[in-house]
Amino acid sequence: MNSEIGDPAGAALERATTLTDDLRLDAVRRWKEAHPGSLAIGILPVYAPRPLLEALGCLAVGVQGGGDQLDIIRGDSYFQSYICHIPRSVVELGLDGGLDPLDGMIFPSTCDVIRNLGGMWRLLFPDRYTAYLDLPQNFDPALGGRFYAGELRRIAGEIHGRGALPLDRDALREAIRRENTRRAALAEMDDMRRREPSRVPASEAYRVARAGSVLSAEEHTALIREYLAGARERRVRAYDNVRVVVLGAFCEQPPVGLIRTLEKAGCDLVDDDFQLGFKTVSGPIPLSREEAGDAGGGALDADDPVDALAIAFLKWGAPTATRYIGADEKGRDLVERVRKVKADGVVFAAASFCDPALLDQPMLEKALDEAGIPHTGFKYSENSAQHQTIREQAGAFSDAVKLWGGAP
Amino acid sequence: MSTVGESRAAQAGKAAKDASQGRQKEMIARHYTRLSRAKEEGKKVVYTFVPGNLVEVIDALGMLPVLPEINALQSGMRGRSAAYIAEAERMGHSEDVCTYVKCDIGMMLGGNVGPTGETLPEPDLLLLSYTGCFTFMKWFELLKEAYRCPVVMLHVPYQPTGIITPEAREYVVKQLRDEVVPALEKVAGRRLDMDDLRHRLALSALAEDDLVAVWESARNRPSPIDGYFGGVYYIGPIFTAFRGTEDAVLYYRELRSEVEERVRRGEGPTGPDGPIPEERYRLVVEGPPNWTSFFDFWRMFSREGAVVVSSSYTRVGGLYDDGFRHSPEAPFESLADYCMGCYTNLGLPSRIDMLERAIRNYSADGFLVNSVKSCNSFSAGQLLMMRELERRTGVPGGFVESDLVDPRYFGKANIENRLQSYFQMLDARRNRGYA
Ligand code: SF4
Ligand code: SF4
Repeated sequence: MNSEIGDPAGAALERATTLTDDLRLDAVRRWKEAHPGSLAIGILPVYAPRPLLEALGCLAVGVQGGGDQLDIIRGDSYFQSYICHIPRSVVELGLDGGLDPLDGMIFPSTCDVIRNLGGMWRLLFPDRYTAYLDLPQNFDPALGGRFYAGELRRIAGEIHGRGALPLDRDALREAIRRENTRRAALAEMDDMRRREPSRVPASEAYRVARAGSVLSAEEHTALIREYLAGARERRVRAYDNVRVVVLGAFCEQPPVGLIRTLEKAGCDLVDDDFQLGFKTVSGPIPLSREEAGDAGGGALDADDPVDALAIAFLKWGAPTATRYIGADEKGRDLVERVRKVKADGVVFAAASFCDPALLDQPMLEKALDEAGIPHTGFKYSENSAQHQTIREQAGAFSDAVKLWGGAP
Repeated sequence: MSTVGESRAAQAGKAAKDASQGRQKEMIARHYTRLSRAKEEGKKVVYTFVPGNLVEVIDALGMLPVLPEINALQSGMRGRSAAYIAEAERMGHSEDVCTYVKCDIGMMLGGNVGPTGETLPEPDLLLLSYTGCFTFMKWFELLKEAYRCPVVMLHVPYQPTGIITPEAREYVVKQLRDEVVPALEKVAGRRLDMDDLRHRLALSALAEDDLVAVWESARNRPSPIDGYFGGVYYIGPIFTAFRGTEDAVLYYRELRSEVEERVRRGEGPTGPDGPIPEERYRLVVEGPPNWTSFFDFWRMFSREGAVVVSSSYTRVGGLYDDGFRHSPEAPFESLADYCMGCYTNLGLPSRIDMLERAIRNYSADGFLVNSVKSCNSFSAGQLLMMRELERRTGVPGGFVESDLVDPRYFGKANIENRLQSYFQMLDARRNRGYA
């Protein structure tokens, strides 16, 4: 949208685009050359705590499938037609060498597909490090918290066994600080996008956020800041678009063309869950008992940075489709979020065959209906090439919201 | 693992009924009658899932379990699931997701009439034993909205390498002790009597010994049992709601002696249309069965003399083959190990190891996958599993696709053709001397 010559954010955006499209992980290869002996560890969607890896001297690499740029030749022969697309492209990338710079992979508990993919990985690449990270669904610090902190220590120990640095408290605290700074920069980008969507269009913010998949927290922060500085300089005009929250695309990523399609259909995407891994924990990770308050419940001590990571996940974890919502009302958070970002409606965009997103959707729709918030929805695949139907649907939705304040 | 019970017994044609089957029928009918009277008799009802179920604890607290997967499959067998699924889809549920969930939601919307025609009571508590399937979590979030009742979650750590760590065990035990049992006690209005629980766990272990003996009888030639269709029809079901009872102990003792008698007489299993005359193929099957055309599906095997000597689906409700038994010595620890060891809670490599052992131990000459659209927990990875097992054992894999309870995905002619070709291939190999 704004990447033409003379755009003050153009250079940062171009770099972000190159990094987002870097399926063969050239940036990771370069990082490894610059850091001989250090390991690069892949993280499948949705969330694993990156500072833990950085503290071990590793590069945390977000592995998010092949999008619409990858021909699937072998990956399809590993999955039936009724399974979502991302595992095929990840297998394809693994088999054709695209993920060779990675010394290991972490499969966080996300859904049955990612879980089983972790098992497939062990069989397909027996010499590489493969970990399953069981994120707790019990949010009591003495129960799920202790278990999770133990999981993190176990994984850190295993990666150290593969040649990474040992886990050191000070190094982890520093890594958490860098992560908090990165998140503050991302939050600033989100703020600007909400205030002036035409200054920071979602399709750009997406690329800038996703570029962090192959960058250290520090480099990513620098890129975000550079982009924001450029965006501030832009001369933009406001459009009479509808403001929408896009939800459900937290794992398999929609092609950027699809995000642009929504924009072209008259939607300003003022919030989304595309790069949920960076936002799973909202707000800064505490670095001391004082910052954590009583969130550790006497069972976790935020002065220990591993415990701090656990506290952050338990207490400030975003209510996503992959997280158990126990006592709370399903959808309450979404309604609050829509109001907070002053959105006019919600667009549900879920990957085809994505059980977590699609099973969540009716509950969220109900909450929106009760709150009088209009919504629409469609499914996509990371390699969808045709967006015309979605454009028409989103256009009709945006027109209806503008004209009548409700869904068609 | 799932209870088929006596549903559509008529469809089973001339299937000879052993005494154990009569006993099973009686037990199930009694259970549903008790459920239908639960509210008037002041009995509390706990909805919970089959894998990692805590039925001994529920029973010890004087409450009754309802297993929604069983209701769904029963609806499938009784020809009602299509309408239930359609109803759920009308309500906004995607066609892409697990049909068990949609079938259950549709049944609830239609008045919650259970398999025997009696209305099922609403839950007083949802016990979310989160074992081996992420969909369970969504399922109970949906039910919680509908019933507005309390939920308690038991997060069961996954076993990516099949090794239960002390930390994982401790996590489950602590949840049981500090959250799950107190939540159950609160609803039950009484404390859990640990001696009663121990007694029930000891009964479970007795039944488990006999259950394993029945599974292992399939090592004989001919196998006296079908470890998949028969497995879900009359061998495994009683475990779901009745583990830990005297009835279950008697049932499995009786079943075991019937099976041993069959071995003595050199008889094969009973199929949907009576005894299977000749055992021509011995198969290991991975994946759930189809319930909407259960007997048609079974016939495609039994008519060809194909007997399933072992299956993974029958291990979803608990895996006892490798020696695990519920134990009165350390009740919570043993329940924790039970939950973590269910088949779908195991990583793919452990599942493959288990199937490899089954192929070898039961001298199978074929390995067949029934891949169901509904279930990512089973389906994701099955194609690699098939290749890997072929590589390790030399036993050829076969592959068919269907669904659990959505009849739209049961293509009878297509499945039949594929199975025919598969059996022909097994014959050809045999003739070439591979067997
Ligand atoms: S897209 Fe959905 S179903 Fe597929 S791997 Fe991701 S979370 Fe799982
Ligand atoms: S996804 Fe599979 S294991 Fe889970 S509820 Fe559905 S059928 Fe059962």
